[in-house]
Amino acid sequence: MDDVDPTPTRVYPCPTVSEIEGAMKKVLEGSHGVAEAVRLAKVKVISAYPITPQTHIVERLSDFCADGSLPARFLRVESEHSALAALIGAASAGVRTFTATSSQGLALMHELLHWASGARLPIVMAEVNRALAPGWNIWTDQTDSLAQRDTGWMQLYCETGQEVLDTTLQAFWLAEAVNLPVMVILDAFFLSHTYEPVDIPAQEDADRFLPAYQPRFMLDTANPCAFGQLAPPNIYMEMRYSIQQAMDMVLNRFGEMEEQFVDVFGRCYGAVEPVQCEDAEIILVTSGTITSTCRQLLQELRAKGERAGLLKVKLFRPFPTEAIRQSLGKAQKVAVVDRNCSFGAGGIFAQEIRAALCNLSDGPQVYSYVAGLGGRDVTTDLLDEIYRQTKKQDCCPVESIWMGLREVSYAT
Amino acid sequence: MRLDVPDRDYMYSGHVGCPGCGAAIAMKFVLRALGDKTMMVLPACCWSIIAGPYPQSTLQIPVIHSAFETGGAVASGVRAALDAKGDKETCVVTWAGDGGTFDIGFQALSGAVERNEDFIYVCYDNEAYMNTGIQRSSSTPYGAWTTTTPGQDWKKMRKKNIVEVLVAHRIPYAATASIAYPEDLTRKVAKARSIKGSRFLHIFASCPTGWRIPSETAVKIARMAVQTNIFPLYEVENGSKYTINFMPKGYLVKEYFRLQGRFKHLTERDLDQIQAMVEEDWQLLLRKAGVRLQG
Repeated sequence: MDDVDPTPTRVYPCPTVSEIEGAMKKVLEGSHGVAEAVRLAKVKVISAYPITPQTHIVERLSDFCADGSLPARFLRVESEHSALAALIGAASAGVRTFTATSSQGLALMHELLHWASGARLPIVMAEVNRALAPGWNIWTDQTDSLAQRDTGWMQLYCETGQEVLDTTLQAFWLAEAVNLPVMVILDAFFLSHTYEPVDIPAQEDADRFLPAYQPRFMLDTANPCAFGQLAPPNIYMEMRYSIQQAMDMVLNRFGEMEEQFVDVFGRCYGAVEPVQCEDAEIILVTSGTITSTCRQLLQELRAKGERAGLLKVKLFRPFPTEAIRQSLGKAQKVAVVDRNCSFGAGGIFAQEIRAALCNLSDGPQVYSYVAGLGGRDVTTDLLDEIYRQTKKQDCCPVESIWMGLREVSYAT
Repeated sequence: MRLDVPDRDYMYSGHVGCPGCGAAIAMKFVLRALGDKTMMVLPACCWSIIAGPYPQSTLQIPVIHSAFETGGAVASGVRAALDAKGDKETCVVTWAGDGGTFDIGFQALSGAVERNEDFIYVCYDNEAYMNTGIQRSSSTPYGAWTTTTPGQDWKKMRKKNIVEVLVAHRIPYAATASIAYPEDLTRKVAKARSIKGSRFLHIFASCPTGWRIPSETAVKIARMAVQTNIFPLYEVENGSKYTINFMPKGYLVKEYFRLQGRFKHLTERDLDQIQAMVEEDWQLLLRKAGVRLQG
């Protein structure tokens, strides 16, 4: 009866160090990994506006366009708002498109994020997580992308340089499968500016995974249609329901996409990745590069006999509720680490995970921790403190617990 | 009298414009001159409504409706995609009102023409935010009543000279046109279509609803705007070569103002002051066009 099974049927491990060393690798910045994937995807129109720390992505793409290795039109527009507007035009005319931005730039795009999904355009964006001003802060923080969670874009959070490259390629597959836009999200500096050994796929392999784009609709003088016109109450709601249906479909198509990716490249990541969750009493939930730090802590905790686990959340929109229930449902306590905050409500991943678990009859307590805002380090010590606090407490507070706050004296 | 303009229409009969809508007349003539190898970008404006609700459209060309401030940017993207597909034949046209051009869409327009994107930007100017109910824009003329400049707070700033701003970008072609002069208008559209790069057309399109005029006077009022020098017809090539297309016969601006409810509060003194402003602007244009000053 239930033909929609959102849980991954196959579980693949992350590539190990020896696997990485065995393949043809180049040492690349995360930003350059994004650019390589865009080149491999044979994008036709790129439009972007510079903002730190996104700039290395668009600089490398400019090089590719200049030296002919990527035969695309690159529109150097006068704002992020126009960057996305231009792609809405280009994608409506039926070509594969890409942009990249960060923080203030993403906030400026907000109106058109809704437009891109409402128009059902498979635009792909690299979003480098950076804190929002004031005060000016260029370091990593997820509040910029999470503040856009209701705009109808898929959101994929990355942990490593390889994952950034792979996810960018996968994003085009997903976007075009359901006609919705995708954000590939990477931490400022920890991913965007950090060099790691990365396997750059061969073009023929990329083509096998991602065939040429076949638009379902486009502006065409031989078949003149009006796109995005007046939609009164008698039709608007159905248009919005179709977006929700497309998002629901992603949970299925994600597994299909990963199977195809594995067939070509032999690796994948999962919408979520549970690590030693089966027998865990306390599970830490992370996203982005904090996950790598947490993997280290997990080894240490397990070595001490602690029944700890880790759940990495990669896919945030659509939210993989079933997979999260399966991974966390049997634990006693869950500690969610949020490098973001919805002021007045707290950590955003924690809210979503509480919502996913709230109807389980015997679900775990969900502790919410806010840490590492504006690029402050989240160390194994800090994560260990989160683990120990979670273990010690009997009563789970409703509000988020802010970790590592300093004593600050304000001018009066 | 038979007009010497193309006679194939690219609008179906029926649209949702007000009676006497100058913007609908402007669209009719512009499409006749452009032909069917045209794609239109339609940022928020009266025409977002006039074109009709889903699933109907009064336009016989592909149209992409877009956000208010994106006329220049969306057109850039459509053009880039057509270029990538090797389509050199299709003409990309942005069709925006004065609010979407002079105000909220100005940044994207300036960016697009600075890049000399290959498209035609048409601003049909009804001198206020008419679709939202007659609020002032930077195109609203000195002296006008609007719902946000009511009573004694009538607008006391001059209308922004958008053509001169575009000319300062040194674009290949910029021109004014009027619904009252369809032969001049369609000639300019055809000329714009034959040129590569950024082209700008500023079309005066009267609004009976917002200007408080009888619908049957829409064209007459537009003609008087030209004849009084309030809206001179001229074109500028490559940011420097000015051509004035119509030499007026010296009608006074008060004859134009007295026919419109939006100006009925103005005193003789106000009208004299406006006459002086119009005269000053006209002399400036004559100088740019290299026409010798009289007197």
